[in-house]
Amino acid sequence: MIMNNLVAFPLLIPLLAGLIMAIYRKSIPFQRWFSLFSFSLICIISFYLIQQVSIEGIQILELGGWQAPFGIVLVVDMLSALLLMTTGFIGLTCVLFAFGSIGEEREQFYFYPFFQFLITGVNGSFLTGDLFNLFVCFEVMLISSYVLISLGGNKIQLRESIKYVVINTISSTLFLVGIAYLYAVAGTLNMAHLSVRVAESGQPGILTTVAVLLLIVFSLKSALFLFFWLPGAYSAPPTAIAAIFGALLTKVGIYAIFRTSTLIFYHQLEITHTLLGVMAALTMLFGGIGAVAHWDIRNILAYNVIIGVGFIVSGVAIFTPASLIGATYYFIHDMVMKALLFLLGGTVIRIVGSNKLKEMGGLIRNHTLLGWMFFIAALSLAGVPPLSGFIGKILIIQEGLASGAARAGFYWLAAIGLLSSLMVLYSLMKIFINGFWGETLLAQDMEKGDTKGLLLPCVLLTAAGIIWGVGAEIFYPFVEQAGESMVNPNLYIEAVLREVV
Amino acid sequence: METLMAIIIGILFTIGVYLVLSKSLLRIIFGTSVIAHGTHLLIITMGGLKTGGPPLLDGRAVSYTDPLPQALILTAIVINFATTAFLLVLAYRAYSALGTENMDHLRGINDNE
Repeated sequence: MIMNNLVAFPLLIPLLAGLIMAIYRKSIPFQRWFSLFSFSLICIISFYLIQQVSIEGIQILELGGWQAPFGIVLVVDMLSALLLMTTGFIGLTCVLFAFGSIGEEREQFYFYPFFQFLITGVNGSFLTGDLFNLFVCFEVMLISSYVLISLGGNKIQLRESIKYVVINTISSTLFLVGIAYLYAVAGTLNMAHLSVRVAESGQPGILTTVAVLLLIVFSLKSALFLFFWLPGAYSAPPTAIAAIFGALLTKVGIYAIFRTSTLIFYHQLEITHTLLGVMAALTMLFGGIGAVAHWDIRNILAYNVIIGVGFIVSGVAIFTPASLIGATYYFIHDMVMKALLFLLGGTVIRIVGSNKLKEMGGLIRNHTLLGWMFFIAALSLAGVPPLSGFIGKILIIQEGLASGAARAGFYWLAAIGLLSSLMVLYSLMKIFINGFWGETLLAQDMEKGDTKGLLLPCVLLTAAGIIWGVGAEIFYPFVEQAGESMVNPNLYIEAVLREVV
Repeated sequence: METLMAIIIGILFTIGVYLVLSKSLLRIIFGTSVIAHGTHLLIITMGGLKTGGPPLLDGRAVSYTDPLPQALILTAIVINFATTAFLLVLAYRAYSALGTENMDHLRGINDNE
C-alpha cells in the first residue's frame, strides 16, 4: 500500500499559516487574505480526501516511516474526512464574520494566528490514530482556545476564562490518568492496536473502568452531562469566537466519544453505552430546561449547543448501524447549524446593542434576510423536513423505537429526543417572536451596529445547511460509509496495521 | 517500589484535590499543578519500574526499560508547564482587573431577566 502524504495537509496548512501570520502581525489585510486562503485550501484538500476515501478506502500516513503500532500514524476514514471538510468550511465562514466584527485591537493581537492554531488542534484530533496524540492535539486546541476566550481581557471574559481553563486543565489531567491505566493494561496506545488487544481480552472489568474514566473526560470536554462550565464560557467571548467554539470545540469531544466507543470499547455495551444513553438523556433534558428558561440570546444559544451534544451521543448510545449513520449525519448538521445560529444571534445583538430578548422587537422590518435565515436555522434544528436536521433525527429516533433490534429498549431515549426537539423549537421561536416580530423598537438610524459584511457568512452557512438537507440522497453514500467503518472496526484495523484480522 | 510510588501518587492526588476545592485561585492553580505531577508519576510507574535497564533494546540486552512512558511524560510535562504558566498570567490579569481572587466573588451572577 502506498502512503498518502495528503493526509497530513489539513494539519500542516493551518499550522504553517498561523506561524507565518504571527510574523506579519501588523499587516491585517495580509492576515485576513491568508486566513481565507488557508481555509479554502483545507476545504479543497479534504474534498479530495473524501473522494479518495470513498474510492480506495481508509487512507493512512505513517509519520517518519515507522510502521504502526510503533510509530505515530495519521488516519483518514470517511468520518474524519467529512468532519475535516466541515471544519474547513466553518472556519472560513467564521473568519469572514470576524472581518467585520472582531475589531482592530484583537486583529492586531494575534487573533488570526490563534484561530489557525485552534483549527490545527481540531484537525489533528480528527486525524490522529493514537490516543496520546489525541491528548496532544486536544491540548493544542485548548491552549489556543484559552487565548481566544481571554483575548481582549474585559472583566466578564477574564472571570469566565479562569473557570474554563481550570476545568479543562483538570479534565486533561484525568485524560492522562486514563491513558496511563490503559497503557498499563493493554500495553499500547495506537487505537487500532488497542481495538485488537481489547477484543482479544474480551474487555474485562478493568478496561471497562478505564473506558468509563475516558468517557468522563470526553464528556467534560464535549459538555455531555458535565456541561456546567459551558453557558458561562461560551457567552463571554465575541461572536466569531463563540461561534467557532459552539460549532467545533464540543464536537471534538464528541468525535473522541465516537472513536473510543465504536472502535475500542464496544464489548460491554450494557455498561458503557447504557451510561452514554443515560448521560445523553439527562443532557437533553437539562439543556432543554435551560434553553426554555433563559431570556438572554447568548444563554439560549449556549444551552442549544448542549441539547445538540445530547442528541448526537444518543445515536452512539443506541449503537445500531442506522443510528450511527444518523448520528454522523446529525453531527455535521449540528456543526453547521450551531455556527450559523451563533453568527445570527451575534448579528442581532450587534444591531440591538443588548442580548436581552425583552429589549428588542420587530427586527424583521429592517432586516428581512436576517429574520428568515434565523427562521430556517430554527426549523432545521427542530428537525422539520426537508431541512438537514430531519434525516439525522428520524434515523436515530426510528432506531430507538425499533423493537426486536439487537439493542432494543431505548424508547425512553427516543422520547426524550423528541421532547428536546420541541424544547429547541420553543426556545428558538422565543427569540424569533420576541426579536423579529412585534413592534419595531429601533428605527434604522438608531441601531447600535450595522450588518455590513456580516450577512455573507450567514448566507453561506444557511445554503450549506439547506444543501445538506435537500441533497441528502447525494450525501447518503458517504455518510453510510462513515457509519460502516464505525460498525465494523476491522476495516480501520486492517487499514492501519496492514494485516487481515 | 511500585507500592511506594502508588502511595506517593495517592498522597499527591489528595493534596491536589484538597487545594483545587479551596476558594483561593492561587491555591487552585497549585492544586492542578500537584495533580499533574501525580499523573506524571503515575504514567512512569505504569510502564514498570526497573533499575539498571537501558531504555533501548539491542540484541545483547538482558533487561530493558520501556521507553514509551518516558516520552509520554516528557510531552505531558511540557504541556502542563505551558498551561500552568498561562493560568498564572491569567490569574494575575484577572486579579488586577477584578480586584479579587476569591472564587466566591468570581461567580458572576448576573440578572438574566
